Amino acid sequence: MTARLSFEYELNVLKENLKEMGQLIEAAIEKTLKAFETQDEVLSKDIIQGDRTINDIEKTIESRCLSLILKQQPVARDLRIVTTALKVVTDMERIGDHAADIAELIIREKRQPIYNLAKHIPEMGRVAKEMVHDAVQAFTSLNMEDAKEIIKRDDVVDDLFDKVKEEVASLLRSSSEHVDQCVDILMIAKYFERIGDHAVNICEWTEFRETGSVNNIRIL
Amino acid sequence: MIKDKIITKGLNLHYGTNHALKDVDMSIKEKAITAFIGPSGCGKSTFLKTLNRMNDLVPGVVIEGSVILDGENIYDPRVDTTLLRKKIGMVFQQPNPFPMSIYDNVAYGPRIHGIKSKAKLDEIVEQSLIGAALFDEVKDRLKKSALGLSGGQQQRLCIARALAVEPEVLLMDEPTSALDPISTLKIEDLMSELKDKYTVAIVTHNMQQAARISDYTAFFLVGEVVEFAATDTLFTRPVDKRTEDYITGRFG
Repeated sequence: MTARLSFEYELNVLKENLKEMGQLIEAAIEKTLKAFETQDEVLSKDIIQGDRTINDIEKTIESRCLSLILKQQPVARDLRIVTTALKVVTDMERIGDHAADIAELIIREKRQPIYNLAKHIPEMGRVAKEMVHDAVQAFTSLNMEDAKEIIKRDDVVDDLFDKVKEEVASLLRSSSEHVDQCVDILMIAKYFERIGDHAVNICEWTEFRETGSVNNIRIL
Repeated sequence: MIKDKIITKGLNLHYGTNHALKDVDMSIKEKAITAFIGPSGCGKSTFLKTLNRMNDLVPGVVIEGSVILDGENIYDPRVDTTLLRKKIGMVFQQPNPFPMSIYDNVAYGPRIHGIKSKAKLDEIVEQSLIGAALFDEVKDRLKKSALGLSGGQQQRLCIARALAVEPEVLLMDEPTSALDPISTLKIEDLMSELKDKYTVAIVTHNMQQAARISDYTAFFLVGEVVEFAATDTLFTRPVDKRTEDYITGRFG
């Protein structure tokens, strides 16, 4: 029951591109957590390299969306699908960036295991990683209920960030031995916290795509 | 609160055995643009024509229900259809100027309605042409044949001709489908201006046009109104799946 075969085809390609980008950022953050725990320099470099692929696919998706708007003038659900894609790739790309940012810090600190200094970071990373995984799943499977549930988990990440902050502050108060590492740890924690925020955004765009609203505010 | 200009109630129309309109209930708001969309043969043009009784002339037509303009049923036998069509003007798909001068085209209606004063007619012609965004383009050749105008100008002349008898409602049946894109945009801009003074109802096959210019949109399918809503709502969050299928081009 369709009279727009090429449009349908283009939308499907867009969907596949988004899925692929979702898989790439999931893989990136999984590797980041592993690289952090093992201080693996090779893996960290791999993450940084992989970020370029994520950036490339972001541009591909943006270009596809603009072309669809130009040529197909989507309305109703189609318009929400295309605009959501345009917005969500920015959040996905940022997640990729932050994974690469963390990887760079891991390389810098490779001779001084930093994960022992702040024991809440691995947990923070795990929660953020799960949020990203579930947010991508909810987005690709159009599951709005899951998306709403995932948003709530951001509080856990925020609480853990506060704990890391306390740990870092207490380390700095006790000695000046690890000042540089403390700064790096705080930055890593902040990146994980931002990753959680972007996962929340992915969930909000999932809601928008289904309803035209975000947090009950009508956008379209 | 926006006033209802025209309300249809239980409107049914049969062309012989063809049941072309089925129980159409609709309220057309005053000083707003209402668009009718739907596939060919869905009844949208037929519905538009019932609003000034243009279908009365079709052999074998049977119309039931009511069309209420400002509280009065236009299908009441006492209604004078000439006066009705003065109140409710119409513009068609193909520009159809009379084979006479630009001036006489616009003055035609007022003359029929008894205006003889040259000064008064001059004023009406000028104001109507201004109202139809055509005056500046034709002011130096008002006595020239209207047939020498471009298609877009001819269509604006037809709008000026409709405005000359001071209507309250303008019905437009695919008014831009025979025009080039620039002329189309000029007519669309004009329509947005016209709605300050007039109630406008338009049939269009161009859904982007409906989305661009109308305040309300009705989607017709096989003689029924499937969905009628504010245009912003209908083109972003249609309620009925058939509407969504149609506006997104999934209609097979």
